[in-house]
Amino acid sequence: MRKAFNVKHYNGFFFIACLCLFILYSPLLIVMIYSFNDSLSITRWGGVSLRWYYEVFYGLESEKFKLAAWNSLIIALMAATIATIVATAASIGMIRGGQFRGKSASFGLILLPIMVPEIVTAVATLIFFSAISFKLGILSILVAHIVFCIPFAYLPISARLQGIEASYEEAAQDLYANRWKTFKHVLMPIMGPGIISGFLLSFIISLDDFIITNFVKGAGVETLPTAIFGAVKQGIKPNIMALSTLLLLFSIFLVTLSYVIGKKGEDLKTKNNKGEKHEV
Amino acid sequence: MKFKTIVVSAIFALSINVANAGEKLSLYHWFEYIPQELLDKFESETGIDVTMDTYDSNESLLAALKAGKLGSYDLAVPGDYMVEILAGEGMLDTIGDGELKNKSNIESQWLDASFDRGRKHSIPYQWGSTSFSVNRDVYKGNINTTDIIFNPPDELKGKINVLDSQGEVMALASLHLGIPQCSNDRDQLKALDSLLQSAKTHWASFGSDIAKDVLVSGDVAVGMIWNGFSSKAREEGANIEYSYPDQGYVVWMDNVVLLKDAPNRKNALIFMDFILEPENAAAVTNYAQYNAGVKGVTKFLEPALAVMPENNPRDGAGAGVFVAVCEQSTQEVYDQMWTRLRS
Amino acid sequence: MATGVGGGRTISSTFSPVKIWLLLPSWLIIGFFLALPVLLMLVYSFLTKEFRGGVIWEPTLAAYDQFIFDRGLFGDDPPQIEWKYISIFIRSILQATGATILCLLIGFPTAFFIATRVDNNKIIWLLLLTVPYWVNLLIRTVSMKFLIRDSGPLNEILITLGLIDTPLKLINTNLAVQLGLFYSYLPFMVLPIYAALERYNFTFSEAASDLYAPKWTILFQILIPIIKPGIIAGCILVFVPSLGAFLAPDLLGGAKTFMIGSLIEDQFKGNAGNWPFGAAASMILLSMVMIVLIYYARAQSKEQI
Repeated sequence: MRKAFNVKHYNGFFFIACLCLFILYSPLLIVMIYSFNDSLSITRWGGVSLRWYYEVFYGLESEKFKLAAWNSLIIALMAATIATIVATAASIGMIRGGQFRGKSASFGLILLPIMVPEIVTAVATLIFFSAISFKLGILSILVAHIVFCIPFAYLPISARLQGIEASYEEAAQDLYANRWKTFKHVLMPIMGPGIISGFLLSFIISLDDFIITNFVKGAGVETLPTAIFGAVKQGIKPNIMALSTLLLLFSIFLVTLSYVIGKKGEDLKTKNNKGEKHEV
Repeated sequence: MKFKTIVVSAIFALSINVANAGEKLSLYHWFEYIPQELLDKFESETGIDVTMDTYDSNESLLAALKAGKLGSYDLAVPGDYMVEILAGEGMLDTIGDGELKNKSNIESQWLDASFDRGRKHSIPYQWGSTSFSVNRDVYKGNINTTDIIFNPPDELKGKINVLDSQGEVMALASLHLGIPQCSNDRDQLKALDSLLQSAKTHWASFGSDIAKDVLVSGDVAVGMIWNGFSSKAREEGANIEYSYPDQGYVVWMDNVVLLKDAPNRKNALIFMDFILEPENAAAVTNYAQYNAGVKGVTKFLEPALAVMPENNPRDGAGAGVFVAVCEQSTQEVYDQMWTRLRS
Repeated sequence: MATGVGGGRTISSTFSPVKIWLLLPSWLIIGFFLALPVLLMLVYSFLTKEFRGGVIWEPTLAAYDQFIFDRGLFGDDPPQIEWKYISIFIRSILQATGATILCLLIGFPTAFFIATRVDNNKIIWLLLLTVPYWVNLLIRTVSMKFLIRDSGPLNEILITLGLIDTPLKLINTNLAVQLGLFYSYLPFMVLPIYAALERYNFTFSEAASDLYAPKWTILFQILIPIIKPGIIAGCILVFVPSLGAFLAPDLLGGAKTFMIGSLIEDQFKGNAGNWPFGAAASMILLSMVMIVLIYYARAQSKEQI
């Protein structure tokens, strides 16, 4: 008797996959729907209205949220940039540095921020900053963010670098290019998508962070997550829902962006490999 | 290089933010306790830019200052017993004679406080009471007893929110048992502990900043709450009644204090004078719905405030008591009890 | 040795002489701002607590003692095992396990389904899956809270449909916390399993079915053992963050579901003010996580012969 089924098909898996998406989206969709609710009450529907979106931008609390959003953005940009630079250097060191003693320890150190639970990092950093009398403020947040962004940038960058053959750099060096030139003109362009992935990932992680930021922020400094947390604890008001919807749309934008860039990277890589096959 | 431009412009943008010099004031305040319009009024009258962080209990204020935030804030608003504790920890700055030009605006009964003799560190902000409110749709019986919180009737079991505030919970529990606050007696302390542990089985949650929301949304039917916050919940649609238990309830006075190492001490004093103006004190009172400690506020107050049940204890209610400050050994036992309660 | 697409080496020594300079920034930053603070915290866990917060530099085992032993309310009862804190850790482990199992039950079929789609559809499904994740965790937790509270839409719909009479008491329960954790970390389960399935050769399954093996036997005896590393990676990526989670228990849990994260937080920000104890609890949490990770790393290196 020949097989009568497709090994790739299992009953109920489609249903579960849809259920999965449903569970992921329904809270967010509910929030989105209620953000258009005209009534002040959460439970009663009062008609469609854009007033909460208006209030996000012009209302009483808008100044606070705008400043918080601005802080978040600046910190995320700077942290992601610095982390990406440091992580790029580290990946080259780890993957193109040959074998050396302490290589796995080095690997562990670079990934340490991901392994330590966030609450532990937050508390340890707070204790440390107060022990060395490092004044809490935007800078303290920035430093903490750089630390945990490094491994998040490192992973995609090193993954990308691992897929690139060493022959390119060796060829460049054979042609008397020094290491800096080799990096700048050969490695970096090919690593491009990995570096950008790393940057985007760090950027999102930094924007998103709450626990660590909450512990080490200075007086009067809010990032968007801490500002939202403060507002949300007192009750889920409709303007928070409008803000959440806006953030959801923003992430859709960022995800699409990263997909497009990732795809370009794949095309570039295929092009490169096609070229190499021709040489053989 | 792309990165270079990003970095440079980010630093540039950041420095614009920082270079926004000019007079500043850094305020550490309770959540939802001062109307934004009043802060805006202060800014436009004085040109001083106010940043405000919030906390939700006296104890977390202390914890934050201890964890390194002293020196970043100018003013804080602790409750009566916390003023005494902060002074004891050396965290308060002294206000010299004559530095506050509106000091005489303080009502005479509050001019000298037991927790701050001669008002050397603080001025009154608001005073009120702490008790609990019950949703009348759920429970129609007698609510004027602390049994509702510590020994609830069946309909209310599992539907109670308690304030995340060690001082007030301990005080209320002591009132319920009829024992003195900060008692040293071991049997009394043990009784307190077992009361809390058994009551906890009927509690749904601990939370101060959610205290109003859980009553409005109906997540709980009983909420330990401050009187003004309760009337706000009533305004937002909760069908609740504020209780004045036979056993007594907690009263408190919140005060604006000048913190040690305040970065903008001069501006802090200006703010304190500002709050002592009857019109501004009235603005706070109308917003928070408690009582001011300043003379001449009455004509600025909304008339509804005077007749609100939350501001008028019923005849036959028990006494209102301030939270007492315990000595170290008793306080450590209290801390133990609280951690065991919360975990 | 790792190889690239064309067959050449990719781990080499081209930058070997300067590797110290390349690695130094990350070593310094992470070493100084994370490793050092964690060490400091280790030290703090052996110090005496200062009244109302802070530490006094006198060594003691008091923090760990408080963790393990119950010396009564006044500190001078004969020591018994302190179940309160051990039970918090056990509860956290159970919650994390519950969340992991939920993620596995829903995540594995989803990952399998996505991996077996046509290429273009795959990408779409993956994007659909990751978009919510990129919304702030706080917002996602809060919207879950909004959804399941007594007066929330979920209960309203169920009541309108006549399926239940009174609102389901979902909020402030252990289940709510597990739902919150599951909701937070689901993509962490799906993506590694998906990646492993991508590399799985379905001809194995086809060969087995040619030999008359039933569908589910193929799944459990052939497919799952081969992609086990992916499943384990997913479980770890869900379990570890759930252990130390703070937001979900705080916002969804109420009074009864204190977890390790909340316990630690309370020592530093809340009423308890016992820093060495908070440090000790953090060290214990960290050790638990390290054990899991080291075990995983060992298992990984054994597999790669």
